[in-house]
Amino acid sequence: MLDHIKIGFFLANRQVRRASKWTTGLIIFVMVLTFLNLTVVSGVLVGLIESSIKAQRQYYTSDVLLSTPDKKEYIENTSNIIEMIKSLPEMQMYSPRYSESGTIEANFKENTKATDKEMSGVVFTGIDPDVENKLTGISKFIIEGSYLNADDFDQVLIGSLFVKKYSPVEAAGFTALNVKAGDKIRITVNGISREMTVKGIVKSKVNEVSTRVYLPEKQFRGLIGRDDYNVDDIAIKLKDGADPLVVKEALIRAGAGDYAKIQTYEDAQPKFLKDIKDTFALLGNMISSIGLVVASITIFIVIFINAITRRKFIGIMKGIGIHGNVIEISYVFQSMFYAICGSFIGLLILYGFLIPFIDAHPIDFPFSDGILVATVSGTGIRIGLLIFATLIAGYIPARMIVRKNTLDAILGR
Amino acid sequence: MIQTKNLVKTFIDGDKQTTVLKGIDFRAESGEFIAIMGRSGAGKSTFMYQMSLLDQPTEGEIILNNISTKGMTEDEKGQFRLNELGYVFQDYALLPDLTALENVALPLLMLKIPKQKAYEMATASLERIGLEKKINNLPSQLSGGEQQRVSISRAVAHSPKILFADEPTANLDHESSNKVMEIFKELHKQGQTIIMVTHEEEYGRMAERIVRLDDGRIIS
Repeated sequence: MLDHIKIGFFLANRQVRRASKWTTGLIIFVMVLTFLNLTVVSGVLVGLIESSIKAQRQYYTSDVLLSTPDKKEYIENTSNIIEMIKSLPEMQMYSPRYSESGTIEANFKENTKATDKEMSGVVFTGIDPDVENKLTGISKFIIEGSYLNADDFDQVLIGSLFVKKYSPVEAAGFTALNVKAGDKIRITVNGISREMTVKGIVKSKVNEVSTRVYLPEKQFRGLIGRDDYNVDDIAIKLKDGADPLVVKEALIRAGAGDYAKIQTYEDAQPKFLKDIKDTFALLGNMISSIGLVVASITIFIVIFINAITRRKFIGIMKGIGIHGNVIEISYVFQSMFYAICGSFIGLLILYGFLIPFIDAHPIDFPFSDGILVATVSGTGIRIGLLIFATLIAGYIPARMIVRKNTLDAILGR
Repeated sequence: MIQTKNLVKTFIDGDKQTTVLKGIDFRAESGEFIAIMGRSGAGKSTFMYQMSLLDQPTEGEIILNNISTKGMTEDEKGQFRLNELGYVFQDYALLPDLTALENVALPLLMLKIPKQKAYEMATASLERIGLEKKINNLPSQLSGGEQQRVSISRAVAHSPKILFADEPTANLDHESSNKVMEIFKELHKQGQTIIMVTHEEEYGRMAERIVRLDDGRIIS
């Protein structure tokens, strides 16, 4: 059998080397397109969600998120938990956040009738502006006005979802407000109403960032009466290479789990994102499968036409005693050559151009900046599948032609 | 030794049946150079294809080198052709992607002769027919006569027991045809069994014996 493989390789080598360069180039081009179809389509679909998850991690949850447990109002014993966090060797920084629901009302001096009121229910978040900005870089999402300072008083940042200009869609039970930076709004939280100035408007594709109203923690603590410094969320950013799961488990072991819900960024992903990710992965695999079938058919046609046009020579080879296996193997090697060349060039395009380019210029989707995700293992599997499908697609037509009557093939009957 | 017993070949095309060989009994001894001749449609090429195991007779038996080929599978026939037989076709039948040297070496490689040895044998075979300067030429870079000489070289490089040639001079000019026939005569002198189909009297007469066919039967 080894001899058959060697001679099959020899024949394939000669056929490919002496075939028309244009034809070979065209077949390889089709294989490159097929490879990109396999990797890029599913990669963009997965990347759409991956970038959303990445943004969620970068701009909201950070690596580990401690939040208020169910049936509790806040993270009790926060000061001790913060001491635990500070003692973690993996910890780079953390940002405590206070949260409380309430309402905001715009144009409250003009709209005095109850039916005319521009009011919306919101979640207020009290932050240390400097710490939060270091952790999440939230200030870069200011699209109007400016970011908060720690000493600001009666000034808020509003998520763009509450601003009609940036969120023009009216949904039942939700009213976007006609406000801009510098306008006065009335906030009501914990039964306290105050007039405050919109210092800035923050807009991000991460929903949690755009659906909050931010105040400096100093004033907010007073408004909600949280003198014990117990917070609602603590986002922890870890040092590069640190495993969030390890940190989560360390915090649980240290007893923080008794007071707070501890989640890695993956645990904290919204359920819809997890579901969409699975759905898109499935969709991507379906599209890839179709691509694979198309590739197989393409190679089948190419090899079939090649074998049909060389039927006479296949007959001659059989006539002079070359075993049918050898001829089949030669076509399998040719198919493999096309698949490997196509995959190799596809790899260069994918990792050398497409991924860096899309990373630098993300695709602007409404809820995320789409990137192209192509893991090495996933790409490897796709190359394997492509080569396997190609081998089968090359073998079948070769086998069909080789099985024809030798003399009929030689005489072209 | 070649022997056929009551060899019949019938072609079926739908309802139409055409019997081309009508019970041929034939015998050739080792070392003979036989020309099979006859008018067009007499069945000479069909007869050669049956004897050389390229086709399956409808009835009868073929014995080659004292081995009955009846009941051989396609793979066994292929192996037998590789080991024992050599072929020269009318249209040279060289593989266009292989050089002259590679065309000649291919059956040798298939016989599991090591690559270097196979190439040496192929080179020697091509040198014998005066093509040593064109061993690296592709068939498209050779004249018809040269291609036929390469074809002969390929057919005999592995020293087959029997060499079959189907109208080897039909596509060649007079000079090239003479060269081909000279090679056959030389091979015959060396003891090669040759069965050649030709319709050209001039070349048929160069054989040791002429077998004439007409209407699917041997007439002389």
